[in-house]
Amino acid sequence: MVAEIGHYALMLALVLAIVQGTLPLIGAQNGIESWVAVARPAALGQLFFIAVSFAALTYAFVVSDFTLTAVVANSHSAKPMLYKISGVWGNHEGSLLLWILILAMFGGAVAAFGRNLPPYLRARVLSVQGLIGVGFLLFILLTSTPFERLPNPPLDGNGLNPLLQDPGLAIHPPFLYLGYVGFSMAFSFAIAALIEGRVDPAWARWVRPWTLLAWCFLTIGIALGSWWAYYELGWGGWWFWDPVENASFMPWLLGTALLHSAIVVEKRDTLKAWTILLAILTFSLSLLGTFIVRSGVLTSVHAFATDPERGVFILLFLAIVVGGSLLLFAMRGPALRSGGLFSPISREGALVLNNMLLTTACATVLLGTLYPLFLDALTGEKVSVGPPYFNATFVPLMVPLFVALAAGPMMAWKRGDLGAAMARLKFAFALSVVVALGTWYLRTGGPVLAIFGMALGVWLVAGALLEWFARLKLFTISPADSWRRLRGLPRAAHGMTLAHIGVGIVIMGVTGVESWTEEQAKVMRPGETISIGQYDLTLKGAKTVQGPNYSALRGTFDVSSEGEYITTMEPETRSFTTSTMTTTEAAIRPTLTSDLYAVIGDADGKGGYATRFYVKPLVHWIWAGCLIMVIGGFVSLSDRRHRVGAPAAKRKSAPLKEAKA
Amino acid sequence: MTRKRRRLYLVLFGMALLGVATALMLNAFSDNLVFFHTPSDVTAKSFEQDRRFRLGGLVEEESVKKAEDGMTTHFRITDHDNAIKVVFKGSLPDLFREGQGVVAEGKLDASGVFLASEVLAKHDENYMPPEVADALKKSGQWKGDE
Repeated sequence: MVAEIGHYALMLALVLAIVQGTLPLIGAQNGIESWVAVARPAALGQLFFIAVSFAALTYAFVVSDFTLTAVVANSHSAKPMLYKISGVWGNHEGSLLLWILILAMFGGAVAAFGRNLPPYLRARVLSVQGLIGVGFLLFILLTSTPFERLPNPPLDGNGLNPLLQDPGLAIHPPFLYLGYVGFSMAFSFAIAALIEGRVDPAWARWVRPWTLLAWCFLTIGIALGSWWAYYELGWGGWWFWDPVENASFMPWLLGTALLHSAIVVEKRDTLKAWTILLAILTFSLSLLGTFIVRSGVLTSVHAFATDPERGVFILLFLAIVVGGSLLLFAMRGPALRSGGLFSPISREGALVLNNMLLTTACATVLLGTLYPLFLDALTGEKVSVGPPYFNATFVPLMVPLFVALAAGPMMAWKRGDLGAAMARLKFAFALSVVVALGTWYLRTGGPVLAIFGMALGVWLVAGALLEWFARLKLFTISPADSWRRLRGLPRAAHGMTLAHIGVGIVIMGVTGVESWTEEQAKVMRPGETISIGQYDLTLKGAKTVQGPNYSALRGTFDVSSEGEYITTMEPETRSFTTSTMTTTEAAIRPTLTSDLYAVIGDADGKGGYATRFYVKPLVHWIWAGCLIMVIGGFVSLSDRRHRVGAPAAKRKSAPLKEAKA
Repeated sequence: MTRKRRRLYLVLFGMALLGVATALMLNAFSDNLVFFHTPSDVTAKSFEQDRRFRLGGLVEEESVKKAEDGMTTHFRITDHDNAIKVVFKGSLPDLFREGQGVVAEGKLDASGVFLASEVLAKHDENYMPPEVADALKKSGQWKGDE
C-alpha cells in the first residue's frame, strides 16, 4: 500500500512539474500575472509529493518489504539499518528518485526563499527547473520505477554489494547529487536570463551562491569517494581516472571555472555570454555524469542494447537539454552586450586564463573518457584509456594554472601590474626554492618532478597567505589596526584565501603519495617480521571473527619503530554470508606526514597469510586540502553579500541613507 | 585596448591553448591507448612485442598455480578456443576465481607468455567485463542469462 502511495505521489509530482514548467514561462512571456504566480505553489507542491514518494521508498527499505523488486535486489533483512537506508539510493531506480528529490528541494528553496528575486525571473527559473523535473519524472515513471512489485516475493533479498556497506560511501551519493543537481540552479538562471535577454551584475549575485553551494557539495562528494576507494579497495589508490570518477570530476572542473567567471560578471559586468555558456555546459556534464554512471554506458555501448528503452530515453533527454539550451544560447547569446574593457594583465585577464585552462583540461578528460565509447561504436575496436593518458594531458595543463594562481588575486581589476605582483611574491618564490632544495636533500631517491610538485604546493600556500597579509597590511601597520582590517574584510576574501591554500595542500599531498609510496608484499607466518619505511611489523596471529552479516579473518600485527612498540594493527578480510564476495578492510595508521597501510589476504593453507603493506607519505593532505577548500567555500557563502537574501539587506540599509540625506 | 583587439588576443590565446592540448592528447593517445584482445586474437595475429594490451577471457579451470614465493601466480586465460599462459606477481583481486571472467593488462614475452602487470578488480560477483562477454559471444561460448 505504501509503495502504491509513493508511486501515485510521483505521478502527481509529474503533473505539478508539467504545470510548473509551462504556465509561469508562458505567463512571464505574455505578462499574465496569475500564471506567473503559479510557479511558487507548484514548486512547493512538487517538492511535497516527491518527498512523500521518497519517504515511501525509504519505508519499504526500512521494513524490508520484499514484494518490491528494488528492495529484493538491493537489500537484505540482516543488514544494519544504516545500509538499509543507504540501499535506497544504492541502485539505479532509487538514485534517480534521490536526484529528483534534491532537484525539487532546490526548486523549493527558490520558491520559499527567493522573495527578493524579480517575480518574472523567479517564475522563469522555476519553470526551467520544472521542465528538468518533467524529464526526470518521465524517465523514472516510464523506464525505471522503484515501486515495481514482484508476483512471487522471495523470503529474503540479495543484499547490497558488500563493498558499498560503508559509512563513507553511504553518504557519498547524496553529496555528489547535491553538487550535480545544485548546478541545475546555475543552468536555470542561465536559461531564464537568455529568455529575458538580460544578464547583469545582480543576476550574477544570485547565481554565485547557488553555484558555490553546489561546488562545495560536489567537492565533498568527490573527496568522500576518493577516500572510500583509498581505505576500502585495499591497495591504497586514491584516484584511478576511472570513467565513473571522471564523470563527477568534469562538472567539478567546469563548475570551478563558472565560480570564477561569475565573479567577473558581478564585479565588472563582462564575460556574460561565456558565463552563460559555462553554466549550460556544467549542468550538461552533470546530466551526462548522472546517466553515464547508472546506465553503464561507459563500460560498453552494449549496455544500451540490454535496455534500449532507457538508452533511447537518455539520449533523447540529453539531446533536448543540451541541444535546446545551446540553440537558445546561439540565438540570444550574441545580444548580450559586454561591459568593461580590460587589459590581458589584470584580474579579469587572470580569471580568463583560469577559465581557459580549466575548460581545456576538462575537454581532455572528456575526450579520454568518451573515446573508447566512440571507437567501439564506430569501428567495434575495444580500447581502454588509462591513467597514463590523463597524467600526460591533464597535469601539464594544470601546472600553468597553479603557477598563475598565486599572482591572479594580486592583480588589480581592469589593468594589473605583473611586476608589482611578482615583487610581492618574492617571498613565496624564495620559500618554494627552499622547500625544493629541502625536498631534494631529504628524498634523493624520489623522482625529480616531486621536487617541483612540492615547490608548487608551497608557492600556492605562501602566495595565498601573502595576498591575505597584504590585505590586512600586516607588519606595515600596528597589529591592532591589522586586527580591525581582519574584522572588516569581507568573508568572501577569507574564503578565497582558504580555498587557494587548500589547493596547495592537495598538490603537496598528491605529489607525496605519487612519488614516495613504499610497498611490501609477502606471505607471512605468525611470528615473522617485515620492515617497511621506518616500521617493523610482526604478525602475532590471525583468527576468524564474526560480524553482524559477515565473518572475517583478522590478522594482528605489532608495529614498532627502532625497537620501540608503537601500536597494534588489525586488518581483516571479510566474507559476507549473503553473497560470495569478500572485501578487504585495511588497517591504517595515519600520522601527519604519512600513513602506514596494512592488508591481510587469504591463508595459503601452509600456515601463512598473504600480506601487503604500504607507506603513503602525505596522503591525508589530499582530503585535508579538499576539506579546507570546502570550508573556504562555506566561509564565502556566509558572506552577507552572498546570502540568498542579500538584496534584502541592501533594502534595509537604503532608508537609512535616505534618512541621512 | 579596443574591444576587437581584446577579442582577437583572447581568440589567439585560446587557439594556442587548444593547440597545446591537442598535441598533448595526440601524444598521449599514441603512447597510452591500450587495446583489448582475446586469446584467439593473440594466437591468430602477430604482435609488437613491446606494446601493452589487455587480455580478456575466463580463467581456465584448474590452471591457477601459486609459485613458491607465494606472491606469483601462473594461470591461463581462455575463450574456450585458445588459451594464453599468464604470469602475475602481486595480489589478485578478491573476485579472481577459476571459471570467472578476467581482464589482465600487460605484455607478451618472447616465448608467448603474457606478463601481466595488472589484473583488473571488478566489484561485483555477477559482473562480466563487457569485452569478455562480447568475446565469448563471438566464439560461441556464451552461457549468459540471455
